[in-house]
Amino acid sequence: MKHIISVLVENKFGSLNRVAAMFSARGFNLESISIGETEDTEISRMTIVTRGEDQIISQVLKQLNRLVDTIKVTDLTRQPHVERELLLMTLKLSKTVQHEIFELITVFKGKVVDIKQKSITIEVIGSPDKINTTIDIFRPYGIKELARSGAVAIHRGE
Amino acid sequence: MHSSGQTLNGSEIFFECLRREHVEYIFGYPGGSLLKVYETLHEVKDIHHILVRHEQGATHMAEGYARATGKPGVVLVTSGPGATNTVTGIANAYMDSSPMVVFTGQVPSSLIGNDAFQEADIVGITRPITKHNFLVKDVRELAITIRKAFFLATTGRPGPVLVDMPKDILNSSCVFDFPETVDIRGFKPTFKCHINQVEKAAQKIARAKRPLLYIGGGVISAEASEELRTLAIQQNIPVTMTLQGLGAFPGNHPLSMGMLGMHGTYWANQAVNKCDLLIAVGARFDDRVTGKVDTFAPQAYKIHNDIDPTNVDKNIKVDLPIVGDAKNFLATLLEVMPEKKENREPWLAEINAWREQCPLTYSSEDDALRTEFVIDEVSRQTGGNAVVVTDVGQHQMWTSQFYTFINPRSIITSGGLGTMGFGLPAAIGAAFGIKDRPVVLFCGDGGFMMNVQELVTAVHNKMPVKIFLINNSFLGMVRQWQELFHQEKYSFTDLGDSNPDFVKVAEAFGCKALKAENPESARQAITEALAYNDGPILVDFRVVKKDMVFPMVPAGGSISDMLLARLNPKTMV
Repeated sequence: MKHIISVLVENKFGSLNRVAAMFSARGFNLESISIGETEDTEISRMTIVTRGEDQIISQVLKQLNRLVDTIKVTDLTRQPHVERELLLMTLKLSKTVQHEIFELITVFKGKVVDIKQKSITIEVIGSPDKINTTIDIFRPYGIKELARSGAVAIHRGE
Repeated sequence: MHSSGQTLNGSEIFFECLRREHVEYIFGYPGGSLLKVYETLHEVKDIHHILVRHEQGATHMAEGYARATGKPGVVLVTSGPGATNTVTGIANAYMDSSPMVVFTGQVPSSLIGNDAFQEADIVGITRPITKHNFLVKDVRELAITIRKAFFLATTGRPGPVLVDMPKDILNSSCVFDFPETVDIRGFKPTFKCHINQVEKAAQKIARAKRPLLYIGGGVISAEASEELRTLAIQQNIPVTMTLQGLGAFPGNHPLSMGMLGMHGTYWANQAVNKCDLLIAVGARFDDRVTGKVDTFAPQAYKIHNDIDPTNVDKNIKVDLPIVGDAKNFLATLLEVMPEKKENREPWLAEINAWREQCPLTYSSEDDALRTEFVIDEVSRQTGGNAVVVTDVGQHQMWTSQFYTFINPRSIITSGGLGTMGFGLPAAIGAAFGIKDRPVVLFCGDGGFMMNVQELVTAVHNKMPVKIFLINNSFLGMVRQWQELFHQEKYSFTDLGDSNPDFVKVAEAFGCKALKAENPESARQAITEALAYNDGPILVDFRVVKKDMVFPMVPAGGSISDMLLARLNPKTMV
């Protein structure tokens, strides 16, 4: 099953590489990985989405913990958490479908970030599942380009 | 010795830190990016630099030294090719959890990434084969980085750590400050075992009718042999060991069952198959040990103690995981063991019956010279007191079977990575660390050639290594698999036509050399070699070409299904 893992790592060059290399060296599945600084500039938070049986996930967590640059590893999957992904997507634009596209943007609570004669760039924020659905729904209109941030996640507060 | 507060350059800081880490030997090779270090080294009298002839040799020497002494081995090599030549040795130390610190020179910081002369991204290259590695970017970070490197290499599960030092860092200066303590927030190994888990283990042990201790190299790293011996004897539990665990329990004790696994003893593997309780300590359920995992110790409740949590439930799901130091585990266990215990005599009798049914034997009918005889004879003549180093292959497995290891830190061998060429440099390194016991190397003719250049290092430093060359003119273990599983297609394993005259090779290096072609001359040569201490001595044992190591569990087979002899390979027991 899908797991979302939050990892606090030292904010040093090579930390991301160590984590990514460990996944490939041990043959673990890596759906997405995102990283950014935290409130403490010496620490970065990595959000990793992976899939596997319980025994594999337990190895993933232990192997992550074993890396010297990792400070804390939390499997958020079964804990209250908020998970978001950002999608940026440029679509073909024509008079005939313009209205439908705008309606769908409203449905998905998206935003128009750029618009040109023949194209429109939108942003959508949501869970990775919602992002998948968004892409599926917009695909028939002609996706010129898309970029996904990968999931970021955090514990829900007390 | 410099003191903290003085202004020193990077090279001076480097040696000052090594001094404070109590480093006796550096195994190294100079080069462009290390010129400043070697300039400083010229004046250093209290740390001995051993000049190798290939950087791979330096890493294996450092590992041999580390395994023999328990202290971290130290390597110093230049950037680029010097650094990349250490890769195999680092990977070897990583797989076998040997403490090692490798220092590599690097091109000046301003040139990193520019494809400069003798530049290689050694930190990138060695990331997956080191416990951790560092690129020093500021001379003020050098001392703390070296401190961290030694701390990481020797704390928890030992392993290799690499420190990459750009040339400009070694040339620039700062105020020297050696941190006495080091705290790495992402590195907190669990030493103390959870008491509830240990108590549970004690209850299981007390109630077990057919318990078995499965002991790995972790018991030796943790210096826990004494506790193991007390536990096994007090509780009357038989002990089987992995290749790296040999010597953790005395091989001449009736409770010792020798090695388990692919080339383990018949009785050890049968005991695994039939035990009701398996107590794994400092071992990692390697595929060479378990064979087919589904049928490994099928009746046993499994307890697993290891310092590295990733080893637990990695290959085999266990019933009672206990993360922590092996010495802590065994000592705590001894404290909490209940008085009452099961009668284990029927179990030991069963094991002894297997031992009698299929003992380790070898043919001595003809006058041919066999590896088993050589190892048996060396074991007898040294009384099991030697530090035995091996290379990789048939002779290595025969060593596990026919050398009786009495003490810990007596076998130094490449287990995890299986590195041919490991033996000779590792034996030299061991000899630097151990002066009061003979250092004996068993090495095949294939592996010997892979680092033969280190004979110079042995001769130059007058290291009294007994090089017992097991020369069957074949890559014997590959040949064995070709015979058993690849329709006897002896593809590129016959070295008979291309091998050099090893006696002449040794003599050309200035090494004393003997040749033995039958059991009697072998016996004499062993006696002569063991008595010779004026430098290395090589004995070229011309052993029979086609002997095979048995018992054998075919790869992926169940360890209960062992091949016992070549004549009838289809007869499985």
